[in-house]
Amino acid sequence: MTNMKKQILQAGLLATLINGMASGALMAAPPDAARRSELIDLLKQDCGACHGMRLKGGLGPALTPDAIGRLSIETISETILHGRPGTPMPPWQPFMSRDEAVWLAGRLKAGVD
Amino acid sequence: MRASMKSLFLIAWLLAISLPVAAECQLRGTGDLALVIERATGSAQVIDTTHRRSLFHVKGLGDLSHASVVYSRDERYAYVFGRDGGLSKIDMLCGTLVKRIVQGGNSIGGAISQDGRFIAVSNYVPGGVKVFSAEDLSLVFDLPATAISADKNSKTVGLVDAPGERFVFSLYDTGEIWLLDMLNPAKPKVTRFTGVGRQPYDGLITPDGRYYIAGLFGEDGLAMLDLWHPEKGVTRIMDHYGRGERKLPVYKMPHLEGWAMAGDTAFLPAVGHHEVLVADRHGWKEKARIAVHGQPVFVMAQPDGRRIWVNFAFPDNDTVQVIDTESLKIIKTMKLGKGVLHMEFAPRGEAVWVSVRDRNHILEFDTRTLKPLAELPATKPSGIFLSARAHRTGL
Ligand code: HEC
Repeated sequence: MTNMKKQILQAGLLATLINGMASGALMAAPPDAARRSELIDLLKQDCGACHGMRLKGGLGPALTPDAIGRLSIETISETILHGRPGTPMPPWQPFMSRDEAVWLAGRLKAGVD
Repeated sequence: MRASMKSLFLIAWLLAISLPVAAECQLRGTGDLALVIERATGSAQVIDTTHRRSLFHVKGLGDLSHASVVYSRDERYAYVFGRDGGLSKIDMLCGTLVKRIVQGGNSIGGAISQDGRFIAVSNYVPGGVKVFSAEDLSLVFDLPATAISADKNSKTVGLVDAPGERFVFSLYDTGEIWLLDMLNPAKPKVTRFTGVGRQPYDGLITPDGRYYIAGLFGEDGLAMLDLWHPEKGVTRIMDHYGRGERKLPVYKMPHLEGWAMAGDTAFLPAVGHHEVLVADRHGWKEKARIAVHGQPVFVMAQPDGRRIWVNFAFPDNDTVQVIDTESLKIIKTMKLGKGVLHMEFAPRGEAVWVSVRDRNHILEFDTRTLKPLAELPATKPSGIFLSARAHRTGL
């Protein structure tokens, strides 16, 4: 990663932190278009290994809007980042930032085709 | 003039019959054919592995994530198990979808019985196993798994065929192994083994059809059932491996189907470790561990037992490693592109087919030189299934 990118990322993280503290909510700086398509690809291929490529469930439960509508963005993004210990759901923190997890959680709730 | 016209016609005619035309059946054997699953497009390709070319594209197979295939005993028909509960029967000679049913909500593979009469499908939703006639896919028997709530049964995993018209599978949520005997289809017999271990995630049967082994996600070791002596119950093997060691998160469940046996030695993926376990087949004790590039998904022995081929879970799924079974050393590491999802050996072992999802192709390697022999285009390929599976127990 270039220094420039690092700085932008850090600034972004800081901004989210401040935002989060200010509003008490999770405000995500959305990932850029290239990263968004990477994340959707990850969702289909790698989350899909357990949740099904169409997210209709597998070893892990369905992640379709009707299945996870009851969960808040925060619960979903925390589950993504930290996994669920004692179950096969692994933590994805090494592969995405909190902002990205929040964005992904929003996409899941809205429905991904 | 006349003669040359005639020969022109002859050439045209020869061209016409040598070009593969979809929906026209071929007069040929099926022993060297394969089905390649293209999971993103819900289609499959019939491949001729001798001439290394695609014969047919079969579409309309539904959601093929984690799809698997079994073959009829005459190797003419392939049965494809899709994630969406779809069970499709494909004619390999004509490239046609003979019949497709949606038999469950969400399924995870199946098996064909020893004499080829029955197809069994393992379902996550509704949890259980259904048995169908291989002929017309009509339902023969429905076996719900143990209930875990008012409207849910345990997921079933690791379904295999066993000698004597039997099927064996594991119950993920309730930690059981069930033995289903279809010898008399009017009166199927079910034997249940409970408390076999936490979260069995997959199962395999040894190539001779004697031992059924389930991998456990929730604890160390494996659960084993000796099908010559089911009365002795399920025993635990290799239960010391990984004990007390911190496991890494698992980004893709290993597959046990390809569990490699080479002589007296078995090779298997270590769950949550960057290791291949080496076990002595007689005492089922751990002999060694081989440090590898990532968490293994498939650990497959060449049919001659000389080498082991390993692919890996995310984020290391661009790599294949080859291990020498005598020295237990890695002799080659290959970077083939993101999404190396499956490997399938030619039945006599001279070649192996490898799918590379993000490169949109499948590769054939010479197992002697470890050099590529061929590359065929395929859309986001996942599983590759050779028709020779028809004659092997547990595949
Ligand atoms: C190795 C298998 C596996 C992979 C890969 C995986 N998950 Fe999961 N996931 C599970 C399992 C199993 C559960 C159920 C955990 C439980 O019992 O609470 C789960 C639960 C979840 C839940 C909570 C659903 C609910 O209804 O409570 C979410 C959200 C989720 N996963 C998202 C993801 C995302 C996003 C990815 C990819 C970035 C992913 N998972 C990859 C196995 C997996």
